[in-house]
Amino acid sequence: MPQNPDKIQDHVQLFHQPEYQQLFQNKREFENGHDPEEVKRVAEWTKSWDYREKNFAREALTVNPAKGCQPLGAMFAAVGFEGTLPFVQGSQGCVAYFRTHLTRHYKEPFSGVSSSMTEDAAVFGGLQNMIDGLANSYQLYKPKMIAVCTTCMAEVIGDDLGAFITNAKNAGSVPQDLPVPFAHTPSFVGSHITGYDNMMKGILTTLTAGKKKSASNGKINFISGFDTYVGNLREVKRIASLFGIDYTILSDNSDYLDAPNTGEFDMYPGGTKLEEAADAINAKATVVMQAHSTPKTREYIAKEWQQDVVVSRPWGIKATDEFLMKLSELTGKPIPEELEIERGRAVDAMTDSHAWVHGKRFAIYGDPDLVYSVVGFMLELGAEPVHIVVHNSNEVFEKELQALLDSSPFGKEAKIWGGKDLWHLRSLLCALSS
Amino acid sequence: MTPPENKNIIEERKELIKEVLQAYPEKAAKKREKHLNVYEEGKSDCGVKSNIKSLPGVMTARGCAYAGSKGVVWGPIKDMIHISHGPVGCGYWSWSGRRNYYIGTTGVDTFGTMHFTSDFQERDIVFGGDKKLLKLIQELEVLFPLSRGVSIQSECPIGLIGDDIEAVAKKAAKEINKPVVPVRCEGFRGVSQSLGHHIANDMIRDWVFPRADQAKKDGTLKFESTPYDVAIIGDYNIGGDAWASRILLEEIGLRVVAQWSGDGTINEMLMTPNVKMNLIHCYRSMNYISRHMEEKYGIPWLEYNFFGPTKIAESLREIASKFDSKIQENAEKVIAKYQPTMDAIVAKYRPRLEGKTVAMMVGGLRPRHVVPAFQDLGMKMIGTGYEFAHNDDYKRTTHYIENGTIVYDDVTAYEFEEFVKALKPDLIASGVKEKYVFQKMGLPFRQMHSWDYSGPYHGYDGFAIFARDMDLALNSPTWGLIGAPWNKNTKAKAKAAV
Repeated sequence: MPQNPDKIQDHVQLFHQPEYQQLFQNKREFENGHDPEEVKRVAEWTKSWDYREKNFAREALTVNPAKGCQPLGAMFAAVGFEGTLPFVQGSQGCVAYFRTHLTRHYKEPFSGVSSSMTEDAAVFGGLQNMIDGLANSYQLYKPKMIAVCTTCMAEVIGDDLGAFITNAKNAGSVPQDLPVPFAHTPSFVGSHITGYDNMMKGILTTLTAGKKKSASNGKINFISGFDTYVGNLREVKRIASLFGIDYTILSDNSDYLDAPNTGEFDMYPGGTKLEEAADAINAKATVVMQAHSTPKTREYIAKEWQQDVVVSRPWGIKATDEFLMKLSELTGKPIPEELEIERGRAVDAMTDSHAWVHGKRFAIYGDPDLVYSVVGFMLELGAEPVHIVVHNSNEVFEKELQALLDSSPFGKEAKIWGGKDLWHLRSLLCALSS
Repeated sequence: MTPPENKNIIEERKELIKEVLQAYPEKAAKKREKHLNVYEEGKSDCGVKSNIKSLPGVMTARGCAYAGSKGVVWGPIKDMIHISHGPVGCGYWSWSGRRNYYIGTTGVDTFGTMHFTSDFQERDIVFGGDKKLLKLIQELEVLFPLSRGVSIQSECPIGLIGDDIEAVAKKAAKEINKPVVPVRCEGFRGVSQSLGHHIANDMIRDWVFPRADQAKKDGTLKFESTPYDVAIIGDYNIGGDAWASRILLEEIGLRVVAQWSGDGTINEMLMTPNVKMNLIHCYRSMNYISRHMEEKYGIPWLEYNFFGPTKIAESLREIASKFDSKIQENAEKVIAKYQPTMDAIVAKYRPRLEGKTVAMMVGGLRPRHVVPAFQDLGMKMIGTGYEFAHNDDYKRTTHYIENGTIVYDDVTAYEFEEFVKALKPDLIASGVKEKYVFQKMGLPFRQMHSWDYSGPYHGYDGFAIFARDMDLALNSPTWGLIGAPWNKNTKAKAKAAV
C-alpha cells in the first residue's frame, strides 16, 4: 500500500506510485482512447502555423475566455461601500458562482444574495421575488444600503429594476429612505468591467441625488476601477495622507477584501461611509485610476457633478510621476519629499535589475487598464511586448495602447489582439517557440 | 447510536432553532421552520422538508441546474467537449472549480480543464443562437478532431428565448458522426443544482444509451463480459477519489468497466449497460440513471461508502456478498491487508482529535457519508445538513447520526452562523463560501466539496490524508494567535492552541 502513516502522501505523489500507474494502464482498456502516436501527432499539429490559421478563422466558438460577465463586477464595486449588501435579481446559481469566485480569490468571506428566481418567475416576472427578497435581506442582514443588479435571466424576461424597487418600497419591504441603487447588468453585454461601471454609476447616482451644494468641499475623489489588488488602494491612501490631501475613495473595498482576523466575523468590514460618498458630488475633482472600467461613471460625474474628472493610472515610474504631479496641480500642495525619495529607490531598484528584463520578449493578457499599465512599466524596463491579448477590448483602448507602444522603441514589435481568447494566445505562443 | 449526554438536549436545541428563526420576517420564518429540526432516535426521518425553493434575499449556498449538469455530471467526462451555451459568465466563474482529476493530453484528446462557450452577445439573444451553435460545433471538429463527442449545456437565456438545441444536436451529430447531447439545464429550472443532476442523467438515458443499444444490435460494441464487471457511479474523482476507490474494487477481483463521471469517457458510458452491477457512491446525483439501468437492463445497483476504514470494510463486504466466494475471500484479504495501516493512522491521530465536535453542511451526500470517517477518529457530529438533498436523503441520514443532532436543510448563512455560535463546534466542514466566515470567528474549517485542495479522501489511501488534514486544521497553532495579548478586553473567541 502506498500510504505510510509516518509520511502520508498527497495526491501528486500518491498517484505516481506503481500501483496507481498500473491502474491507469488497466483503465485504458475501456476508454477507447486514441493511439498514443496519433495523440502525439495531433498535439504537435496544434502548435503549428496551420493550426494557428484555423484557430484564428473561428467565428462562433470561444475557448478559454479572458473575461467574465457583468454582475460580478457590480458586486465587487458594491462591497466597497459601508454596510452594503449586493442583491442580484435573477437565478441564484449565478450568485453562488460569484461568491465562490471572489471568496476563492481573496480568501475572505463575500456576502451577497439573490432573489432566487425560478420557473415561476420566468413566466410571471420577478417582482414578487424582489418584494420578498428585499424584505428578507433587510431584516436579516441589516444593511445600510442594498445594491441591486441583474443576471441575464432577469434581463431576458425584461424585469424593470427601477419600477420593481419602487414597488417593493411601497410594499414596505425596506424603509423608503434606505438607499437601494441599481444597475442593469446583462451578462450578454460587455464583461465584468462593464458591470463595475454600471454599478458604480448606479450607486453614485442614488447617493448623491439632491446633495449638490454651491461650494466645493475641497476634497479629491479617487475611483480605483476594477482593480483586484487591494494593496493598490492602500498605497493611494498612503500617498494622499503624505500629501495631506482630504480625499474620498469611492468604493473602498480594501478592508472588505482583506480583513483582519479578530476572532469575530464582521459582515461589512470597512467601506466608504455613505455620507462621505454622498458628499463626493461636492468635491473639487475626481481622479479615476482606470479608464475602461469607468466610461459611464466618468461621463456621469463630469456632466452631473460639474467637476474635473482625470484618468491617471499610477503604474510604473512615469505614470506615477504624472499621478503625483496631477495631485499637486489639483490641490496646490507640493509633492512630499518622502515620495521623491521612494521614487529614487524604485528607480535604483530598476537600474540595478534592468539587465534581467531588458530585451526580454513577453506576451500579456488581461483587462484593458491593467494591461496598459503593466505594458507601460515593462517598456520602462526595456522589455519588449510581442503579443497583447485583451478579450474585453475596444477601439478607444487599442488606439490608446498603440500610442503607448509607439512612444517607445521597445514597443515596435507588439501586436494588439483585441477580442481574442486564451486559446488564440496559445497559438500565438506556440508559433513563437517553434 | 449513543444516548444523548443530556436528556434535555433535544428540547434545548429545538429552543435554539426557535430563537434563530426570530430574526426573519414572519412569512420567511414560517417557511424556514420546516427545514430545521433536531433528530430524535427511532424516527424514520430527520423531520425536515427539503428540495423546496430557497427564500429570495437570503444567503444560500445553493447553485443551479447548470451547476448540477455541467459542473457535476457531464463536465468530468474527459474526452467530450462540453459547451457552456449562452453568455460567458456561467462557464467562466465555474471554470475548473471542482478538481475532477483526469489523465490525458488537454486540448488534444481530453478537455476537462478547458472552457468552451458560445459567448452570447445581445444579437444572439435577439435573433437566437441555433445557427451559431451549429457553426460552433463545426469549428470544434476542425480544432479538436480527437474529441469523442459534444454536450450542449444550456444557460438561462437558451430556454427563455426558445432555441431548439435538440434540432441542432441531431443535425450536428450526423454531420460530425459523434454523439452531440443537448442538455436543458438552464439555471432557473428547479430549486438547486439537484434538478440539473436529474436532467443530466435523463440525457444520458435518451441520447447516449440508444447509441449503446444500437451498437450492441449491430455487433459493433467491442465488449467481452466477465462475471465481475461493475461500474463506479457517482464518483467525480475530486482530488483523485475515484482512483483511490477503484484500486480497492480491482484488488478484490472486480473489473471496473466504467467510472461515472470523474476521469470517465463516453465509451465507458456506452459499455455500462453490460455490467453486472452498478456501485453508486453519490446517490443524490446518479440514482436516476442507476434506477433506469435496473429497469431497462436488469442491472442491480448498490450504494457504498468509502469514507473511513469502518465503512470501507463494511462496504467491501457488502459488495463482495453480491459476488462469489472468490471475491468474498479477496475482500477479507484486502481488509486484513490494510487494517494495520489504518490502525496506525488512527493510533497516530485519534488522540489528537478524540472528542472534538463537528458541524457540517455540504451538497447531497457527504453530510451523511463522511460522518463515520470522523467517528473513526473519535470525532462527534453535532449538526449536519444538505444544500440540495431530497426526502430520501434525509431518511438515509438517520442511519448515520446520533440522537440530538441538529439537522438543517438548505441552511442560510445566518442560521448556520447562529447555530455555530450556540453549539460551539470544534470544526466546521462545509464549502468555500462558508470557510472564511468561520475562520474569521477563529474556528478550524475544512472544505468538504473540494477537500480544501487536498485529497483524495475516498478509500484507504484517502483516509490517511483525511486524518492528517483534520489534524492540521484542528491543531494549527495559528488559532491561538488570534487576538492581541495586550488587549485585555479582546472579544476574540479563539481557542488556545492545543
